[in-house]
Amino acid sequence: MTDTLLDIRELKTWFATDDGMVRAVDGVDLKIGRGETVGVVGESGCGKTVTARSVLKLIDMPPGRFEGGQILWQGRDLLPLGAAEMDKIRAREIAIIFQEPMTSLNPVYTVGAQIAEVLREHEKLTRRQAIDRAAEMLSLVNIPNAKARVHDYPHQFSGGMRQRVMIALALSCRPKLLIADEPTTALDVTIQAQILELMQEMKERFGMAIMLITHAMGVVAETCQRVVVMYAGKVVEEAPAVALFGNPRHPYTQGLIRSIPRVDRAAEHKERLEAIQGTVPSLLNPPPGCRFAQRCRFASDVCRQAMPPLKQVGPGHFVRCVL
Amino acid sequence: MASAVVLLAIVLAVVLGPLVWRVPINEIDFAAQLAGPSWAHPLGTDDLGQDILARLLYGGRISIAVGLCAMLVAAVVGVLVGAIAGMSRGSVDAALMWLADLFLSLPQLPLLLLIIYLFRGALTSVFGSQGGIFVMVVAVIGGLRWMQVARLVRAQILSIREKEFIEAARALGASKVRQVVRHILPNAMGPVIVAGTIDVAAAIIAESTLSFLGLGFPPDIPTWGRVLFDAKDTLDVAPHWALFSGAAIFLTVLSINFIGDGLRDALDPRRVL
Amino acid sequence: MSRQYLIRRLLIAIPSLLGISIVLFTVLALAPGDPFGELASNPAIPPEVAASLRAKFGLDDPVWIRYMHWLVAMVHGDWGFSFASRINVDTLILQRLPTTLIVIGAAQILAIIVALPVGVLAGTRPYSIFDQVANTLAFIGFSLPTFFTGLLLILIFSVRLDWLPMVYRADLGSTGWTWFVAEIKQSIMPVAVLGLFQGASLVRYVRSAVLDVVRLDYVTTARSKGIGERKVITRHVVRTALIPVVTLVALQMPVVFGGAIVTEQIFRVPGIGSLLISAMLSNDTPVVMAVTFVFACLVVLFNLIADILYGWLDPRIAYR
Repeated sequence: MTDTLLDIRELKTWFATDDGMVRAVDGVDLKIGRGETVGVVGESGCGKTVTARSVLKLIDMPPGRFEGGQILWQGRDLLPLGAAEMDKIRAREIAIIFQEPMTSLNPVYTVGAQIAEVLREHEKLTRRQAIDRAAEMLSLVNIPNAKARVHDYPHQFSGGMRQRVMIALALSCRPKLLIADEPTTALDVTIQAQILELMQEMKERFGMAIMLITHAMGVVAETCQRVVVMYAGKVVEEAPAVALFGNPRHPYTQGLIRSIPRVDRAAEHKERLEAIQGTVPSLLNPPPGCRFAQRCRFASDVCRQAMPPLKQVGPGHFVRCVL
Repeated sequence: MASAVVLLAIVLAVVLGPLVWRVPINEIDFAAQLAGPSWAHPLGTDDLGQDILARLLYGGRISIAVGLCAMLVAAVVGVLVGAIAGMSRGSVDAALMWLADLFLSLPQLPLLLLIIYLFRGALTSVFGSQGGIFVMVVAVIGGLRWMQVARLVRAQILSIREKEFIEAARALGASKVRQVVRHILPNAMGPVIVAGTIDVAAAIIAESTLSFLGLGFPPDIPTWGRVLFDAKDTLDVAPHWALFSGAAIFLTVLSINFIGDGLRDALDPRRVL
Repeated sequence: MSRQYLIRRLLIAIPSLLGISIVLFTVLALAPGDPFGELASNPAIPPEVAASLRAKFGLDDPVWIRYMHWLVAMVHGDWGFSFASRINVDTLILQRLPTTLIVIGAAQILAIIVALPVGVLAGTRPYSIFDQVANTLAFIGFSLPTFFTGLLLILIFSVRLDWLPMVYRADLGSTGWTWFVAEIKQSIMPVAVLGLFQGASLVRYVRSAVLDVVRLDYVTTARSKGIGERKVITRHVVRTALIPVVTLVALQMPVVFGGAIVTEQIFRVPGIGSLLISAMLSNDTPVVMAVTFVFACLVVLFNLIADILYGWLDPRIAYR
């Protein structure tokens, strides 16, 4: 990993609530290299979405607040940047797509207009040129009859098609990094595969890096080179995909992997799918020690006293566990 | 909270005030014509030297009574229509809701004026001049404001009627009327109370508007709007006359609206809609 | 927006107009006595006019035939003769209508100019000091009855400061630039009273609509496009927040007409509102009926305009 695009260091994004500070992201480190696909996994509320939105500073402030850390984009810290500077990064350098294709597009504009809007903002194009480019983008993401459909409104597209539109929108300015925040969760299973395939195809074509946020380990196994596992606002394990699935070190990762249904094995061994017992601890006043300790079968007093540091256990393989 | 205190003070003043402030409302005193506030007349006097405080206290009773009664009319009609529409569905429901929409798009004030213009004579001969106007104003204002309540009750019924406890009541053989009265209405009360509160304010404004246009209560019944109507021609020499009566309407309406808003937050009608 | 949508909205306006006319006719039919009874006793009315009116309204026919006759006459603009003004009612109303429309139109524009930015600012900064001040002022604004605001303005600007004329004069007796200035000066207060009252409720509608929209996903998408917060708000938030606001404004129209009657009466603006009041005070029944009917038509017309605006603002509607 010689050419680092994004380098998140000790990022802390907290939210002020009536009950106190919620430490949604509490010291996260994450690197993404040029052209690399990195999966960020964890269950709901572990801070993966907040991390992703922090990169583009799409967190509502207040109640959100950056408590510390750095987000280095090609060596430049994004956190101190003003709104105008940030707008030059958005869409042109880093683009994002969201979980809900049904609500991510503005219902009152045609899809062409919405893609053209971002193109005209970042490139000097006339209205016509921008619409033509939008049509090109739509046909690139395999929307049939793209030339005519630029003039259609979002409600005239199905969920899968809208996610394709979102991808076209996100890629229209050729960003170096695409953040995909649970891009397939809201879609039917068959459509999910198509969208993942499309993202793979786009990556090969444009060579951008992808930060794929998901809670589905299966999706990660198919598409990512490297995986970051998050738990309760912290990174608990980080490894090349092969190493992570072959030799998971953190008990939480092990639990996640065991919870993937496997058609091939289940039939032979009659294994039971395992669920991880317990629930995520409150991020309001997190316990001092390892945040997974309450749910961990191997937990000892050491785990409950202090947060274990991230230690290296193999090439590019780090784990936050004393074991 | 402050608005509740203000409203309570106003209501207490108009209910108890005339017992304490025993100046008659129609004692004519040309020596004290259009006088500003003084110890003898804390809010001054009008063009006939009548005490404005006494008139406002007395008129407030009528204004507030009109507001409350009109709200009751609106609430009763609204609950009835809403309940019938919600329970019957089909064409009856559609017809009633069309009627509600129609009433919402009626030009209320012109219609109000028209009805009073056409019916005033007949009603005053039946109920007497004061009672006739009162009955008519209440009936017409209430009759033009039931739509909101009807919609709320209907929406509530549609959302609740499939829930389990209604199923259970139906399984036990409870009649439709009984279901509505015992189970559905209590659940719909929150939003209806909010709508009703705001209706009181609207009805007070409607009555004041009628009286202000000279088409409401006769001059010997000094409702707040009527006092303001009488005062408007002497704005230059006796501004206190108009200011005090206008302020009475404004404070009452404002505090009722604030209470309605507070109730809305507290009862959150969004869960219905 | 498709043509079918337009036609459908037009067709929907007809039953509501018919419904309103039935309500009006019912009120008229239920009215005790003969509403035109005084025609016979009023010596100022030429007997042939009285006779033709009686024949036109066919007071002895069955109810539905009377309704049909009445409706046909109303639709034809055949509104009878004004006893008080001694001219045909339709001429009288046509003289007065433009003034009312100008006052209401100017007031609506004022309301939008004031309420839109204030509501948007308040909605994008909920619970800020600006929001709280705006909210409180809006509350006071629509709790202040128009007749009281009108008197207050007269008291301040005419009686105390003597800046603006107290009443509106149709015939200013001057021409050119001085006429224009005088016209503006005498219009300020009526328009302000009506506009600020309407604006106060508009602020609250806009604010809550903006609050609802700001949270939506596509606003986050818009932010991620790097187009700047200003464009995000104007193009994506305000544009969609206007959709529910249009409906609420349409629902407010009957209230606005009520306010217009009061305002015209206070400032003696010679529109159809003050005409209605003076007709009532002088028992001029044909005028009363015709003005009420015109107000009803105006409400339906504005609802139709709102529907069309709605279809234009929300592409999802037009295709349904």
